[in-house]
Parts: sequence; C-alpha cells; structure tokens
Amino acid sequence: MKTIEFIENLNIEKSVNYRKEKDGENYTELPEFRAGDSINVAVRVIEGEKERIQNFKGIVISTRGSSLNKTFTIRKISNGVGVERVFPVYSPMIQSISVLKSGNVTKAKLYYLRGMSEKKIRQKLS
Amino acid sequence: MKSAILGKKIGMTSIFNDKGQMIPCTVVEAGPCPVVLVRTPERDGYNAVQVGFEKVKPTKVNKPLKGHFEKAGVDYTRYLKEFRDLESQVTIGENITVEIFKVGDKVKVSGTSKGRGFQGVIKRHHFGGVGMTTHGQSDRQRHPGSIGSSSYPSRVFKGLRMAGRMGGDKTSIRNIEIVGIMPDKNLLLLKGSVPGAPNTLLEIVKL
Repeated sequence: MKTIEFIENLNIEKSVNYRKEKDGENYTELPEFRAGDSINVAVRVIEGEKERIQNFKGIVISTRGSSLNKTFTIRKISNGVGVERVFPVYSPMIQSISVLKSGNVTKAKLYYLRGMSEKKIRQKLS
Repeated sequence: MKSAILGKKIGMTSIFNDKGQMIPCTVVEAGPCPVVLVRTPERDGYNAVQVGFEKVKPTKVNKPLKGHFEKAGVDYTRYLKEFRDLESQVTIGENITVEIFKVGDKVKVSGTSKGRGFQGVIKRHHFGGVGMTTHGQSDRQRHPGSIGSSSYPSRVFKGLRMAGRMGGDKTSIRNIEIVGIMPDKNLLLLKGSVPGAPNTLLEIVKL
C-alpha cells in the first residue's frame, strides 16, 4: 500500500508541476471548497493544435475520494437544462478554480438540488 | 524482441496521461531477476533462460537449491521460472531489470487468478439460465438446463460444462500497454488490470 501512496503522491506532484510550467505567472493554488459553494472552474480545452480556456460555473454538489482519486461534481442550469460535470481535483486540465460564494448547507451531498428549479435552489442556499 | 521478467502485483491506482485523461493502471514490482541457468539445444535440447525473483534469507532455501544458486553466483531467491526462446542475449549471473521495457510496449501478463470457490454455471460459464419464471419453472432461473439426451447415449459427455470450482487458474492477458517505468524502485505501471490478487507472482513477457 505504501507503494501505491508513493505513486499517487508522485502523480499529484507531476500534475501540479505541469500546471506551474504551463501557466507560469498565472499559476494559482487550488482553493478549498465544499458542497454548496458556487465555484468557477477554468478548464483547458484542446482543439487540434490550439488550446483555450473554458469556464464552467456552478454549485458543488458533491466531493468524493481521496488523494489522486479525489473528484468533485458541479451542477449548473444552462438554458433551462441541468448540466453536471465531474472533475478530478488533481487533473492537469484544470487551469484554476475560484470560489464565488460559499453556501450555507448542512449536507455533504446535495443531490436533492437535482429536482429543484433555479429559484428554489437560490432560496435554499442563501 | 522477446524478453521477459518476473514480478509481483502490488495493487491498482490511476495516473493522468499527457492528454489529461485518467488511466487506470496496475502497479507491479518487477525484478531484478538474476539469471540462474541458460539452457541450450546442445546440452538440454531446447532454448531457455531460468531466472529467479524476490531475495530470501539463506534459511528459506534447501541445500540442493543452495548449490544451484551458488553455482551461478547469484542471491538466493524465492521463485525460479524458465522462459523459453528469449531473443535477448543474457549470461549467467546477470540481472534482468525493468529497463528491458520502454513506455508504450505491449506485453503479455500471466498469473494465477483469484479463487472464487464453488460457482454455478451462470458465473462460471456465462450460461443464460433457464428462461421463464412461469409455466412451472419459477424455481430454476440459474440452472444449467438439459445436460444431454436420454437412452442414447445413456451417459453424460465428458467435459460438459457444469457448476464447480472457479478461479485459481493460470490466466494470461495479452496486449497490456506499459504506461510507466520506475527503474530506481523496480516498478512497472501497466494499463488496466492483471490476473490475481496483490502479491501474486506474475510473468511479464514482451513479444
């Protein structure tokens, strides 16, 4: 098990180094956040040769896993359609994460938001 | 070029590749494997290389084997295996390490699969079970069905697939990609899963 931990830590380091090298001065450390927070994730999108940044803004509804396998799920409502994306926290494809608003919730998993309208979610989280 | 090494399964994890995708991989501690014997057609009738793996204390080795190891001038090892018709040139006493591979190579991995105990035909042979739950057969959904005709042949054919002990057999998986090598720790990262539980002895052959 020690060997597995070693490899996972090595890969976390590698991912951080990749981001440092890629972004140079723009590099920011990932902030801490939890379920209920509204965050913005800047994701690298590779289209053929070119690379650009795409923003994904929404509410964190769950975080799971540990070490390298840690992921979080963000939900947003886009043109009336609910959209969810799962990101590995240590993915080299994440350029930066910024916390826009911290939520006031008592649960670790906010799956109950899935059945709610935008207005209701706003009331629930404030 | 055919080359081979012995290893031990450590466990599974995942890594990111250069596209940022998460790749599931198995960690294998492979080598260093000392060459104990080289078999030649003149002397033994076939080509093979005998290698050892995993160093052990002298008290763990019996006298005949001690002599065998000492003749080659190598450390005592827990396992001894022969690989036939290796194309890489090796001499007695030399150590085979993970450096014989490079990232991107395809290998064949053989090991003993996890024992599953006594299992029915659905799990063991992928039978479909007896179809319906009505017409009087609500109690045999996972059964094998018919096992043959009646008066002719009046017996059950040999080798008919039935329930029984499953797993614990030698299993090989071909075309496993090597996604990482750490020569300083004797570690290999193989894409996907390999047979067996952690600590299983594995044969890794590059074809």
